[in-house]
Amino acid sequence: MHPTHVVGSPAAIEVTGLVKTYRSRRRVVRALDGLDLSAAPGAVLGLLGPNGAGKSTTVRILATLSTPDSGVARVAGHDVLREPGAVRRAIGYVAQRPVTEPMDTGRENLVLAGRLQGLSGPEAHARAVELLGRFGLEDAADRLVRTYSGGMARRLDVAVGLVHRPQVLFLDEPTTGLDPHARAEMWAEIASMAGEEGMTVVLTTHYLDEADALADRLVIVDHGRVVIQGTPDELKDRLQGDGVTVSLHDDDAAARAAEVADRVPHVGEVTRDGRLLRARAASGATALPVLLAALDAAGIDVREARLSRPSLDDVYRQHTGRTFSAAASEEVGA
Amino acid sequence: MTGVVTHGLLLTGRAARGTMRIPVFAVMNLVQPLLWLLLFGQLFRKVVEIPGFADGAGAGTTGTSYLEFIAPGVVMMTAMFGAAWAGTGFVQDMERGVMDRLLASQASRPAMLVASMVWYAVVALAQGLVVLGVAWLSGARFSGGTAGALATLAAVLLLTCFVAAVSNMFALLARSQEALIGLSQLVILPLMFLSSAVMDTRLAADWVATAARFNPFDWAVVAARGALSVQPDWGEVLGRLGLLTAAVVVTTALATRAFRSYQRAG
Repeated sequence: MHPTHVVGSPAAIEVTGLVKTYRSRRRVVRALDGLDLSAAPGAVLGLLGPNGAGKSTTVRILATLSTPDSGVARVAGHDVLREPGAVRRAIGYVAQRPVTEPMDTGRENLVLAGRLQGLSGPEAHARAVELLGRFGLEDAADRLVRTYSGGMARRLDVAVGLVHRPQVLFLDEPTTGLDPHARAEMWAEIASMAGEEGMTVVLTTHYLDEADALADRLVIVDHGRVVIQGTPDELKDRLQGDGVTVSLHDDDAAARAAEVADRVPHVGEVTRDGRLLRARAASGATALPVLLAALDAAGIDVREARLSRPSLDDVYRQHTGRTFSAAASEEVGA
Repeated sequence: MTGVVTHGLLLTGRAARGTMRIPVFAVMNLVQPLLWLLLFGQLFRKVVEIPGFADGAGAGTTGTSYLEFIAPGVVMMTAMFGAAWAGTGFVQDMERGVMDRLLASQASRPAMLVASMVWYAVVALAQGLVVLGVAWLSGARFSGGTAGALATLAAVLLLTCFVAAVSNMFALLARSQEALIGLSQLVILPLMFLSSAVMDTRLAADWVATAARFNPFDWAVVAARGALSVQPDWGEVLGRLGLLTAAVVVTTALATRAFRSYQRAG
């Protein structure tokens, strides 16, 4: 969905010029450096970026958990600083870390969350039953949460965020730490709930495929600023194809190889970096054998050849000139 | 206001489930005071014979056994040492995303505090009755009747709320379990020794007696010991309970403000 403004329907999220600095040990860290973004009602907005990019800080400010140094943020039409109570009524917030009590059962967690969000006792019980069913947790409803698997506990977290049918739901890294199967299940849940009741979902992630699968609109954040935004299709277009890397024996061979590669069909963006030859191809699996055959025919000896799928790293390299794979790999362990 | 009460009850229920599911903590918290009562009580049995001990500390206390003297002190120690860990619940909620989830919801913040204070008070009242029961079985006899018992329970309740509010405030400001261990070792333990819990302060250094007069823990001990004595000085008992009430109000207000500091840091 494009962020075209529908007349009479205010944006669910509207953020202008957000700045937030942290002071730690005489060092001032600028977590947000003039961040702007908006989300239309009913859309899924994906906030993408490496650890420390400012995704969580943004979400915490929008959820009234932190205050900006300057800038304006409105959620569901309410200013987060002037009307925090109204914002809290409108939102559900699922933190990066588990939001449930491990020594309570799934049902107890949902009923307590519902009642604290203003549902009556019977309403909260009925809603708990409904959500337990929807998230496939009926059988585990009366077990303590500490006995849940990672995927079950995370689904319960999302259910807790949904208990009062919020207008805007914040999901901070909903699948970090989950195994591929649990991740796929979570994706299905998020995709199905996004279509309902005109709820706006703001999702932070450092997985490009996750944002791709779920978000109507992506905002890539780095160093507290928006680097690029658009629909997943728009971003993918810019990232078309696979990376091809060929390693030669010396610089001279690499230079000759570059000339050969330039003439190979379906291989583009050829660059040379010392003994390394880099290129892009719409389909690496098709282009690589052709490229290797052409190099062989020219009498150029190849040491190693590799294909790489486009990654978030590539978008970053393209738009920020730096990689964040190191930061991202740190985050997997966190 | 009804929101605060409803939320307070709901969150107290959550705390109660937590204690019921791991009762070993509440039971373990009883071991130490019973050791104080039975071992310390035996070790220092003869201190009551020191001239001037407990004279006029509640008229007619002459002839009081040391066990009878320290029993109210041990009840308050149980309450204080237990409530010092109230902030642990907050720290655990912060380590998970529970605190953030609650603060981003419509949950009442005063209710979050009060629920923790109320639940620790309920546990401390039960533990206090166990301590007094064991003291009675060991031969201690208390006077003061129903009014004395109620005043003692009120002192337990107020002291627990005061200490729990301080502990929660520490948790919100420092956001770590280590800070609570520091609170327990560097603040709570000295409060116990700067009081008449195990020793008549008139027989201690003058400065200790002076410090005790400003020590909320000592207010609770003095109120309970007075209320359980043969001829209670009700003016003194109610005065100390009044001071404790004021301390509870002030620390609860400060702890509520600590939520803001927690959010600014976030």
